[in-house]
Amino acid sequence: MLKEKLIVVDSLSKHFKLGKHTTLKAVDDVSFDIYKGETLGLVGESGCGKTTCGRTIMGLYQASAGNVTYQGKGVHNVSSKEKLALTKKMQIIFQDPYAALNPRMTVGDIICEGIDIHKMYTGEKRAQRTRQLLDLVGLNREHASRFPHEFSGGQRQRIGIARALAVEPEFIVCDEPISALDVSIQAQVVNLMISLQKELQLTYLFIAHDLSMVKHISDRVGVMYLGNMVELTTSDNLFSSPLHPYTQALLSAIPEPDPIYSRQKAHILLEGEIPSPLDVRSGCSFASRCPKVISQCHVLKPALQPVRNGHFVACHLYHHD
Amino acid sequence: MIDKHIVNTIIEGLENPFEIVGCADLDAEKIERVSLTYWRDVWRRFKKNKLSYIGLLLLVGVVLLTIFGPLVSGQDFAYMDYAIKNQSPSTAHWFGTDSSGRDIFTRVCIGGRISIVIGLACTAVMFIVGAVLGGIAGYKGGVWDDVIMRIVEIVVSMPYMVIVIILSVSLGRGVFALILAMTLTSWGGTTRLVRGQILQIKNQEFVLASKALGGNSTRIITKHLLPNAMGILMVSITFAIPGFIFSEAALSFLGLGIQPPDTSWGALASSARNVLMFHPLQLFFPCLMIIITMLAFNLIGDGLTDALDPKLRD
Repeated sequence: MLKEKLIVVDSLSKHFKLGKHTTLKAVDDVSFDIYKGETLGLVGESGCGKTTCGRTIMGLYQASAGNVTYQGKGVHNVSSKEKLALTKKMQIIFQDPYAALNPRMTVGDIICEGIDIHKMYTGEKRAQRTRQLLDLVGLNREHASRFPHEFSGGQRQRIGIARALAVEPEFIVCDEPISALDVSIQAQVVNLMISLQKELQLTYLFIAHDLSMVKHISDRVGVMYLGNMVELTTSDNLFSSPLHPYTQALLSAIPEPDPIYSRQKAHILLEGEIPSPLDVRSGCSFASRCPKVISQCHVLKPALQPVRNGHFVACHLYHHD
Repeated sequence: MIDKHIVNTIIEGLENPFEIVGCADLDAEKIERVSLTYWRDVWRRFKKNKLSYIGLLLLVGVVLLTIFGPLVSGQDFAYMDYAIKNQSPSTAHWFGTDSSGRDIFTRVCIGGRISIVIGLACTAVMFIVGAVLGGIAGYKGGVWDDVIMRIVEIVVSMPYMVIVIILSVSLGRGVFALILAMTLTSWGGTTRLVRGQILQIKNQEFVLASKALGGNSTRIITKHLLPNAMGILMVSITFAIPGFIFSEAALSFLGLGIQPPDTSWGALASSARNVLMFHPLQLFFPCLMIIITMLAFNLIGDGLTDALDPKLRD
């Protein structure tokens, strides 16, 4: 089955200039596609550029290099009218439900922000749509007149989801939507997101660092390390046969509830700290910590190439040119 | 350790280990309180604070006095009658008369008008200039921020009294020169305050969310940045008004402010200084009005600080 490409990310880079001579390469030459209707998980440790990647795809940050196209149309460097049209199709759910809602607006106004901007509904229809959205995310209709601080973290995240859904988008960047919530609420929110996806045929870019959650929700998973995409494959492939040494180490760190199994399990311990993204050396970014490092790694940066059908990895161990 | 298999067999053995008992149709989520707009909610919380409410009543009283006082007393504030100079309070002259035989009650009311108008006008000018410049510096950043903030640094480092004296010499002594002199030296602080607030708010995720939804600068500034900065600004405004009234009084006391026959509380206190030893009540009444007004504004400011914070809503 040939799937339709919704978003094409082509060698996207986002560099932040910190001083005259220092640049932070938050995202460095990343390419991947997002297919219509799928959930692409994006994992990696803190500071590896997941959030920046998501926000740059949304067009919230100007890309330093490379392109993002949505259904063949560019996201960056477009007229403000085209940009406005894109915001109706692409939406984002934020990580921190406490910072993502304006404390001075009622929940109804927060949810309707997109509706107001795009002038979709007014008057009674707007109120009706608000009630419908509140129902959709499992909140009470009467909540529309309350203020955000009267809600718990999970409820706030639902408000954030309702706000993103209000403009009837096709694609949503979920920027660690569950990491600020406690575990029981995480499951609720994730299940809500899965059911919404089925109901509304949404496409997700799901950014997270909780691997078990990513496994639960994603069709395909991309692993990021220091601004680079190091492995990209289906969720099943990644968890059953990870290829990149970093992915292997990352997966071995998943806590196991069964102590017997946990003791038998081989843990790969990485030496040292994640290098600073300020002084990126030539070669593979993981070379300084990689347990399987070979001489080539320090010299040449590996490209993300297919190993087998739909399994991409950026590692010299699997590519012999 | 309990064997997993045993537990599983027990669970499977039971036909239906859990059954849904349902939930009684209670109004668990029913909201009793009527929904209020933000400002009505602020007012509700403000009223709860008794001390601030007293402050507000005091202020309303002072304002009404300055507006209707002269009508009630039926005296002309500039009419001089040397036959009745330096009288003590009586039924004819409630606060007595001054060294030129003018009715002090009427003069305190008329002086209050000028003092309060100067306080309000200076605050308005200071906040409009400060909000616009601080808003640009905070929102635009970059070169705008650098230029505006350097100007602010120069302005706040200029000695206030020197500017006032230079202006009153070059523009003449009057209300306009006084307002100009006081605002020229005070907008720097407000600009810094607004800039700081905008910088803090503009990087929050709800602003980013508005951008992601297609919100333009106008929407972000009017819907997100200003309402969130407003709380601190309102409090700063209520503390700035008595500050200006106080400065005006000090300048008039030094002879740099309002000139006769016009008057203000500061000017009244200044002229009463000459007869302080024999007629201390002439100084007492204008000072009392200054104190009551300052107290009222400070109480209101304290109450507003709490009332404007929706997190304290209870």
